[in-house]
Amino acid sequence: MQRLFKLRAGEIAAAEDPYTTIEDDQDLPRGDVIVSLARFHREGEYLLDCCRQVGVRIAPDEAPESLAGEIGRLHLIALVFPKFRDGRSYSAARIVRDRLRFTGELRAVGEVFVDQGRFMARCGFDAFVPADASTPEQWTAATRRFRHVYQRASDDREPAFVEREKVA
Amino acid sequence: MYNYDTIDAEMLADRTAEFREQCARRLAGAITEEQFKPIRLKNGLYLQLHAYMLRIAIPYGTLNSAQMRMLAHVARTYDRGYGHFTTRTNLQLHWIKLRDAPDILAALAKVGLHAIQTSGNCIRNLTADPHAGATADEVDDPRVWAEAIRQWSTFHPEFSYLPRKFKIAVTGAPKDRAAVQVYDVGLRLHRDDDGALAFQVMVGGGLGRTPYLGQTIRERLPARYLLSYMQAVVRVYNRAGRRDNIHKQRIKILVSDLGAEEFARRVEAEWEASDKAAVDLPDTELARIRGAFAARGFESLPAVSPAFEAAKSENRAFARFARNNVAPHKQPGYGIVNVSLKAIGETPGDCSAEQMDLVADLAERFSLDEVRVAYEQNLILPHVRLDDLPQVWATLESAGLATPNIGLISDIIACPGLDYCALANARSIPIAQDIARRFEDPALAERIGELKIKISGCINACGHHHVGNIGILGVDKKGEEYYQISLGGSADDDASLAKILGPGLPAEGVTPAIDRIVEVYLRERREGERFIETYRRAGAEPFKEAVYAEAV
Repeated sequence: MQRLFKLRAGEIAAAEDPYTTIEDDQDLPRGDVIVSLARFHREGEYLLDCCRQVGVRIAPDEAPESLAGEIGRLHLIALVFPKFRDGRSYSAARIVRDRLRFTGELRAVGEVFVDQGRFMARCGFDAFVPADASTPEQWTAATRRFRHVYQRASDDREPAFVEREKVA
Repeated sequence: MYNYDTIDAEMLADRTAEFREQCARRLAGAITEEQFKPIRLKNGLYLQLHAYMLRIAIPYGTLNSAQMRMLAHVARTYDRGYGHFTTRTNLQLHWIKLRDAPDILAALAKVGLHAIQTSGNCIRNLTADPHAGATADEVDDPRVWAEAIRQWSTFHPEFSYLPRKFKIAVTGAPKDRAAVQVYDVGLRLHRDDDGALAFQVMVGGGLGRTPYLGQTIRERLPARYLLSYMQAVVRVYNRAGRRDNIHKQRIKILVSDLGAEEFARRVEAEWEASDKAAVDLPDTELARIRGAFAARGFESLPAVSPAFEAAKSENRAFARFARNNVAPHKQPGYGIVNVSLKAIGETPGDCSAEQMDLVADLAERFSLDEVRVAYEQNLILPHVRLDDLPQVWATLESAGLATPNIGLISDIIACPGLDYCALANARSIPIAQDIARRFEDPALAERIGELKIKISGCINACGHHHVGNIGILGVDKKGEEYYQISLGGSADDDASLAKILGPGLPAEGVTPAIDRIVEVYLRERREGERFIETYRRAGAEPFKEAVYAEAV
């Protein structure tokens, strides 16, 4: 059974998932759906008009920039980690948050392990479909393990150089 | 030099705690070696042929005496009493026990040392000109910018899973002592026409199985934009770099496939679209870092030291050391002292705990508490008064650290090779030792002059053989160790890649071949010509003929 963890106000907790992920050749079910970028480009208008919430799943070799025009109408973007070592979706997440100004749910799917949790949270992900047996408590602990960060990212943590200015 | 403040120290403490927990999970069998591997690699811990190897970061090759003493302590307590300085200016301990690793990191953290990002597909520990802050030819201190990059790249959330490892080198001088053209990114500081500090940005250099020299994608990047520009470079690489074949995943392959012009265009577009102010350091932080590297403690001295001059004329061995191992300092009355880790017959780059302690003592007493590590696998005391040189030399000499061979034929770069490394095809160390013994006579070595031999035990090229004036590559030929000789490489400001001379030779054929190559050089060279210059003028033919004449 696929689990979903969500980050809210610094806490990661288990959550219900109202979305159904559908394949490109699959018939549309009722309710909220996550479709591929290709299907969204094909059927986006129709999907968005049908009183449901729509999410788009983006593979690491696809460009989230192509969603720029519709970004305000989307409720969810899912970025895929085919292997945990494949780090392209970290950059995609930052583009989605910082450049496209997406404020909906940004979900990490694929080989998503707690060991990468703090990096994902810093890149703007706020929802995770864990592929390991980790608990929400372990995820929360992972995002808090380091008291400081050295660089700005897509979260609201202050980097060391800002902390230092405050002390000085 | 830069000393870690509370924030830096707490970063190390948090990392040590995390790694202690991860090691405990592995030792308890809660995770497999396969799951543990990417975790330990993020902390420089490799499983090698005989034991775990720990690679300790020495950011931009700079140490103080307390740090050097801690390295000695760790080598003595947890290893076999010595360590190996690498071409990446790190220190490797080759006989570590996994259960000791967290304690070692805790000990290192006490003096601001760590093993963060010394392996794995992330932005690695960076290197810089080892003469920084001491040489007269630099336009700015590269350590200021290296430290800025160190902080920015540490635990970078977006760039911790790059296609492949990513190495950066920085120099502030026109003379390249950091091999910046063979790095993923090489940065060279200069002043633009208005006198403002700027970086020449080179990308896509690298050795390994497909060697490339870096290509300039920007001649003049205003220095204050360094970090935002680096973010753009690494982001373009992270998104577009290949991930389907481990041998084609370095940035050099992407730059070569796209062409430097197209790669540069993508970087510029990404950079223009990004929020630079969110990434670049504020002036206050740059000033804080700069202040940490400001020159302190220099005395006003006359340029000429009578004691130094007298010692040179009285003692030929000292004079030889002064000629070969001491470089001019920007401060009158001081010198930059190279400490050779290439004693004849020893392992290049190896240093015993006793030697580390002795260098630490010398640094504290005579070099404003500083030691540097050069990529040529030597140490440097950067700020020694000429008046003190005779005493410093005598102390180094007593510990086997004063071999007067810097830049000469026995100052050989060699990777650990098959004696330690699981990747190697052939041994490197015995080859280096054998060549050094053949050219042991310091008068002969000096007569030959600058000649850089670099040896790698496999195609991964940790020994930089592609950029050796003479490069030697160990290969496996039906279960036997063979060595391929290349000529004409250079990692300096006149960088070039060496070309293979001919068929590989068995181990016992290497030193005789070097001997013949040197004979040809001595015969062919014109007045004042270095080996590399003779080779470039005369070409490979005379060398090839001499090496392979008998075989044919």
